[in-house]
Order: sequence, then C-alpha cells, then structure tokens
Amino acid sequence: MTKEASPIEAPSVRVGWVPLTLGVVSVVVVALIGVTVGAAGIDAKSVLVALADAMPGLTMDSGLSEVETNVLFEIRLPRVVLGAMVGAVLAEAGASYQGVFRNALADPYLLGIAAGAGLGATVAFSVTGDATFLAPFAFLGGMAAVGITYALGRSVAGRSATSLILAGVAVAAFATAVQTYVLQQNTETLREVYVWILGRLVTVGWNEVWELMPYALIATLVLLGSRRLLDVLSIGDDEASALGVRVNRVRAVVVIAATLATAAAVSVSGLIGFVGIIVPHTVRLVFGWSYRVIMPLSVLFGAAFLMLADVVARTIASPAELPIGVVTAFFGAPFFLLVLRTMRGPT
Amino acid sequence: MISWDSVEVTYGGRTVLGPVTVEVADGEWVGIIGPNGAGKTTMLKTAVGVAPHTGSVSLGGRVRRPGLDIAWMPQRPHLPEEMGVADYVMLGRTPHLGYLAAESKHDVATVYTALERLDLSDFARRPLGTLSGGEAQRVVLARALAQEAPVLLLDEPTASLDIGHAVEVLDVVDELRREGGLTVVTAAHDLTLAGRYAERLLLVSGGVVAAQGTPSVVLTEANLVAHYGAGIRVLDDRDGPIVVPLRSSRD
Repeated sequence: MTKEASPIEAPSVRVGWVPLTLGVVSVVVVALIGVTVGAAGIDAKSVLVALADAMPGLTMDSGLSEVETNVLFEIRLPRVVLGAMVGAVLAEAGASYQGVFRNALADPYLLGIAAGAGLGATVAFSVTGDATFLAPFAFLGGMAAVGITYALGRSVAGRSATSLILAGVAVAAFATAVQTYVLQQNTETLREVYVWILGRLVTVGWNEVWELMPYALIATLVLLGSRRLLDVLSIGDDEASALGVRVNRVRAVVVIAATLATAAAVSVSGLIGFVGIIVPHTVRLVFGWSYRVIMPLSVLFGAAFLMLADVVARTIASPAELPIGVVTAFFGAPFFLLVLRTMRGPT
Repeated sequence: MISWDSVEVTYGGRTVLGPVTVEVADGEWVGIIGPNGAGKTTMLKTAVGVAPHTGSVSLGGRVRRPGLDIAWMPQRPHLPEEMGVADYVMLGRTPHLGYLAAESKHDVATVYTALERLDLSDFARRPLGTLSGGEAQRVVLARALAQEAPVLLLDEPTASLDIGHAVEVLDVVDELRREGGLTVVTAAHDLTLAGRYAERLLLVSGGVVAAQGTPSVVLTEANLVAHYGAGIRVLDDRDGPIVVPLRSSRD
C-alpha cells in the first residue's frame, strides 16, 4: 500500500531500526571492552585477533601464549557472556512483572523472589556447609516465594494488582526474617552467604553459562512472544478480558517464565539488584511506552548494562573486586534519577 | 440475538441486578435507562463476562465469545496516557489475533476506517493523555467499532460530548446499525437522547426491569417520577418524547 493511495500508516508500536541498532552496538562494544579489560595484561589488539581466529573459517595468529588464550576463553569470555545473559534476563523479567502487574515498582525484589532465593541459599549453606546445593535451593526458594506471593495476592483481593505487590512485600519480609534467624544460628556461613547476597559473576569455565542458557532462552522466547498482550493488559483486566484475552492465563505464563529465568539467574550470580527496574524504565522513558519496544530493547540494554557494571566491578578497586550488586546499585540509582529528571518534560 | 436469561449479580450478599431476562433482536437498538446505581452498567458487564453472575448471556442460542461477538465501550475506560490514539484503537483488533500474531494490513485499515468514521483521523498519533474528555470518548468508541463485533454495548457513550458531537456519534452508530445489521445496547442518563435513537427502552430500577417498550410507552411522567423521584415533565414532540426537569419549588 503506497502513501499516495492511502493515508494509512502502521501504528507506532514497532521497534525502530535506530534503537535496535543502538542496542546491538552497545552489546558488542561493551562485550569487547569486557573481554579486553583484566588483570592478565593482554592487549586489546591480540584479544580481537584471537576472537577472530576462533571464528569458523578464519585463521589468524594472535600471538597469545597458551595461558593467555586460556585466560581469554575460559575466564573472561564466559564471564562476559554470563553477565550479558544475567543482565538480559533480569531486565526482561523486570519489564514483564511491571507489565502484568501494571506496577512500575514490580521487580524480582518486590515480589519476594530475591528474598526467597536468598533464604534458599542460606539454608543450603547452613545445612551442607558449602556451595554445592546453592543453585537449586535458591531456585526453589525463589519459585516458592513467587508462588506464595501469587496465591496470597489472588486470594486476598481477587483481581487487584496492588494486593499482589503487598503480598510480595510480606513474603519478602518473612523470608528475610527466617534467613536472619538461620544466619544467627550458623554464624560460620555468614561471610559466604553475605558475598552471595551482594551478587557476583564468578564462573568456573563455561559451567554457569550452560546452566543458565536453557532457562534464559526459553524465558526470552516466551516473554518476547507475550509483548503485544502486555500492551493489551495496560488497559486493565476487565477491558482486556472483554477483548477476549484470558488475562489470568497470560499473567500466569508471563510470571512463570520470568520467575524461572530470574531464579536461574539469581542462583548462578547471587542477588544483583536494580537491573530489573533501571533498564526497562530507562528504555521506556527514552524509546516509548509499548512493551513491543520495551521487551526487546530491555534484553539488549540489560545485557550491555550488566557487562558494563562487571567491567567497573573488576577495575575500579583493582586488584580487588567489588560485588557487582554494589556497582549496579551505586551507578544505577543516580543514573536512573538523572534520566527521570531530564525526560519528565512534556511529551 | 443477544439474550440475558435469569441473570443475577450479587455483591457481598446484596443483589445488585436481577434476575433479568431480556432479549435483543439482531439489528435492534435497545436503550437501558434508570437512576444511578440501578444496575445498567452491571447488566452490560455481565454480557462481556466481567461481572460474575448466575444465569446466562447467550448470542443466538450459543455461548458468546467476549471480544469477537460483543464489543463493549466502558463508562470509565482505562486510558494509558502515553499510548497513541491509533495504537489504542488497534487494541480493538485483539480478539482477531492469536497469542503470537501481529496485526495485518487489514487490521490497520480497519483501525483507520474507525478513526475516519468518528472524525479522528487527525488524532491518530496523539497520546491519549492529551485528549479532551469528548475526544477520548470518541476514541474509545472507535476502539469498540474496530472490533467489528455484531453486538455493540455502549455505557454512557455521550456523557462527555456536547450535543452536536453526541448526535454526530449516535448517528454514526445508527448508520452502522442500518447498514451492517449491528445490534446496539446503550446505557444512558440522557432520556430524550436515548428515546431518539433506541427502538425500545428498558427502564431498570433497583436491579430489575421496571418498564419496557417503545420510548413513548416508557418515557411517561408517571414512570419517571416513580423511579427517578424528581420533578419531571414529558413533552410530546413529533419525533418522540422530550424529557425536561422541573425545578422543585422553594417553599
């Protein structure tokens, strides 16, 4: 249909090429920074050549020693990839929760998922004394927390989105209380749990990447697939269901997918806060209200944001390393306020 | 034909509607009138399945599919401020789209036809938050029209419109009804206007149908004073009854 023949244009809710390109470029640039920065002192050019060499069909001599190649491919690269995946998952999960609960504050923290996962991890440490069962326990804790939150929120006031958030706050408070009690009883594990709570991206080769990958992929497909319906939900449960949308089913699908991915991310990386709030909100303020824009861009900018935070965590207090959760909060909060201030003008 | 069959709604043990048994024929325009809190809005909500009820609402004898069979224009729609007008009207196409589907050119064309019909083409890109009350009301009606459902339920469709726009909007609905066999049910407070467009009026009071029939049968001083309680005079006009309020005397 040509413009001359008709004034009809597509509605404005598709992601434009400019933001999409910007997102992809950010991911690539930050990833390259991520693999070149580090304690081993490998120069950037050799890293790029080594990466090109690893591409199928390309053979180039990077001049790196075997040790340096190992550092690059078994330490830095998996860490950068893990950071990208965790960032993407936390950002898309945050955006999804905000969409289905129509609540700008909804994120893994407010729904009690982080606290539930924290409790699970604490119990795992205290019972076994090491980190072997940390991941599955954190996962179970997170799923249990959101399950209780969802059941409580629904039973209390049926359709209200606010009751769900309040239930999440209650569940989080309860889980934190139990966690504190368990810690008091087992003070020898306090330090280890504390480190985990602050969040970190420590990898053992590619193990964590492969652990998280299936959850991240499935969740991303489901959540991206639900982005149009998230826009429909923005007019409220009644009107959406009068349009034939099975509101509770859509909400359950989105919540389960987002929670599965969040719990998986939390179990490998600890509690990294703020990503689920900062990234989707920034994307919304800059690129528009629609979840068709917010979801894909949150995946990209979430990945870039967390990789960048990791670079900062590794370098700012070098040779020591800051917990990445501290970095996301320290840089994320003021950045978010800045964006909020500059973008709040008339639209 | 849309039928309410022994439909009853209770909130916390209190019956707010029914039991109501009403049939509306294909292509008919039925106006629901009645005082505040009489159950007009609730009755429309039962039809789209957003008010839990006993009894059943069916369409031509089969279970109705909200969205595809029935378009509902709520009295107080939720309008996300930043959403654009065309994007909002596009939500009306939701019933026609599967979980993963994207809108086709046909959907886009339907949206722009609805916008044109309601004289909203120039508003397509405007965010909902910038619209006046009357503009917003027309946009919500455009969304309902974009659904292309055979039954249209309008809850106070002209409450925010000046008399010129009210007539214009109701004329559009009437035109669609005459051309396309649309079935229309409106809930309204403006009795004269309701009588001008509806072929049949239902006077709902205290949750039940207290009177029904052609406008001249229902809009009588006796009926209105009994259920609205105010001083009301009904004047006869060649096109139907005109309802005018009377000021209560001061002494």
